[in-house]
Amino acid sequence: MTLRPDLSVIAANVAAGSRVLDVGCGDGALMAALRDERQVDARGLEIDAANVAAAMARGLSVAQGDADVDLAGYPDASFDYAILSQTLQTARAPDVVLDHLLRIGRRAFVSFPNFAHWRVRLSLLWGGRMPVTRQLPERWYDTPNIHHLTIDDFRAFLAERQVRVERAWFLSGDAETGSAAANLFAEHAVFLLARAEPK
Amino acid sequence: MLDTIDQRFGLSRNVTLPQGLSLDGGGRLATVDIAYETYGMLDADKGNAILVCHALTGDQHLASEHPRTGKPGWWQRMVGPGRPIDTDRWFVVCANVLGSCMGTSGPASIDPATGAPYAMRFPVITIRDMVRAQAMLLDHLGIGRLAAVVGGSMGGMQALSWSATYPERVEAAVVLASTARHSAQNIAFHEVGRQAVMADPRWNNGDYYGAEPPAAGLAVARMAAHITYLSEAGLTEKFGRKLQAREAKTFGFDADFQVESYLRHQGLSFVDRFDANSYLYITRAMDYFDLAEEHGGLLANAFAASRARFCLVSFDTDWLYPTADSRSIVRALHAAGAPASFVELSSPYGHDAFLLDSPELDRVMAGFLGSGR
Repeated sequence: MTLRPDLSVIAANVAAGSRVLDVGCGDGALMAALRDERQVDARGLEIDAANVAAAMARGLSVAQGDADVDLAGYPDASFDYAILSQTLQTARAPDVVLDHLLRIGRRAFVSFPNFAHWRVRLSLLWGGRMPVTRQLPERWYDTPNIHHLTIDDFRAFLAERQVRVERAWFLSGDAETGSAAANLFAEHAVFLLARAEPK
Repeated sequence: MLDTIDQRFGLSRNVTLPQGLSLDGGGRLATVDIAYETYGMLDADKGNAILVCHALTGDQHLASEHPRTGKPGWWQRMVGPGRPIDTDRWFVVCANVLGSCMGTSGPASIDPATGAPYAMRFPVITIRDMVRAQAMLLDHLGIGRLAAVVGGSMGGMQALSWSATYPERVEAAVVLASTARHSAQNIAFHEVGRQAVMADPRWNNGDYYGAEPPAAGLAVARMAAHITYLSEAGLTEKFGRKLQAREAKTFGFDADFQVESYLRHQGLSFVDRFDANSYLYITRAMDYFDLAEEHGGLLANAFAASRARFCLVSFDTDWLYPTADSRSIVRALHAAGAPASFVELSSPYGHDAFLLDSPELDRVMAGFLGSGR
């Protein structure tokens, strides 16, 4: 089974045998890969009942819930990693969700589609229309993505909050692109974050 | 093949456990009778046992014909060869709960001290007492650990109580349409039912054995309870305001409406198979159920020693034990670090949905059980 490119990056960089909370875990594809290939003890949170049922049928521990509401119930530092893949832009309060991720997990993986990719820019510049791309396939009225962001937005946001970036991956399709011009050329990004330790 | 000749295994089994049982309420039963059934074959390592716990008015006839009604077992669609609880793989035990009336010790049983039925002299019992009696049965069957304990509604309460009371014996728990504590509304509906029974003159303070039972009171109790098992939308869809076998209202108090006729039928057919005093005792046990209270007021503490995997399922139209009840259990399990899954399934059938056809529930059940071994 092949994982989505951002999930492949995450799967390859989670330490074997760790404890993981996958927030917005979908049908559990990443969790299953982590369990089967890296002996990870994984838990999931997912809003869609059909996805939860599919993940449970895979033998995964997944609770139906909403990242905007239910993360508050998880104890501090209860996981090695909290993962939020392609979900940040769907949250009602992405800033609060990110705070919870870094509270619950010692580290956090966050992946999101980059709204400053050149295709998006061209669509707005020449078409004057909201972009519909392979990373953003929905139309403006039926998209779950209510908080679009760019890679530079996210970098600025992390700097403001003094969140430490341990590593970042920038992807166009399933190929990595450079960091310098990522805001223009990357379709999506994966960040590995850690809360800055007080000095 | 050990199992084929072992008289402890099979359908319609009965055992008297001589060691007796001390109860949460302070009473004691000198001996305990348990009526139970088993399905499938116990592995040589005894590692494939699943205990299924029944609901308030259920019984041990999980997947076999009910001897009084002639109807199929109450969970035949879930349990059997090739079913989600696959008896080709699992050894399944289902026992009539303590306090009930299908062969397990209850108020209709003979009190060995007097030679007459206990009636209201039967001690008040709790969900945990039911679980302790089941544990004694498993000891008798030579089963130490359960691969899973599974139950819906009151059966779910037992599954939760099992994992709290015998954490070392439970590897997985499936809790369907259930709660960790009875709410004021739950207690209120049960009290209506009990008062209906007690208001029937034939109840006679519980001493009706050998005479006419309080069928009218018990039927009303069942009618009121049955409404709580269904959803408003489900009732509307099934009955609406349709009239029962007549063209116009009669301007009287016959069962003009189909829903009235349906409820009367539910009430009347119930009294043929259930003992009124058992109904009082079991509803009381459910009302007393508050798993957090048994563990210092914090539900997470109930699961502190558990190593089990948990699977919780609620149904969106269940207003008896609504989704919020399951969510609070899941929060407590997560706080205790337990591997817990939870899903709210969609169904028009209200609380009863866990008993009815649900391909999604089947998939969750089979997947969760299959993943354990």
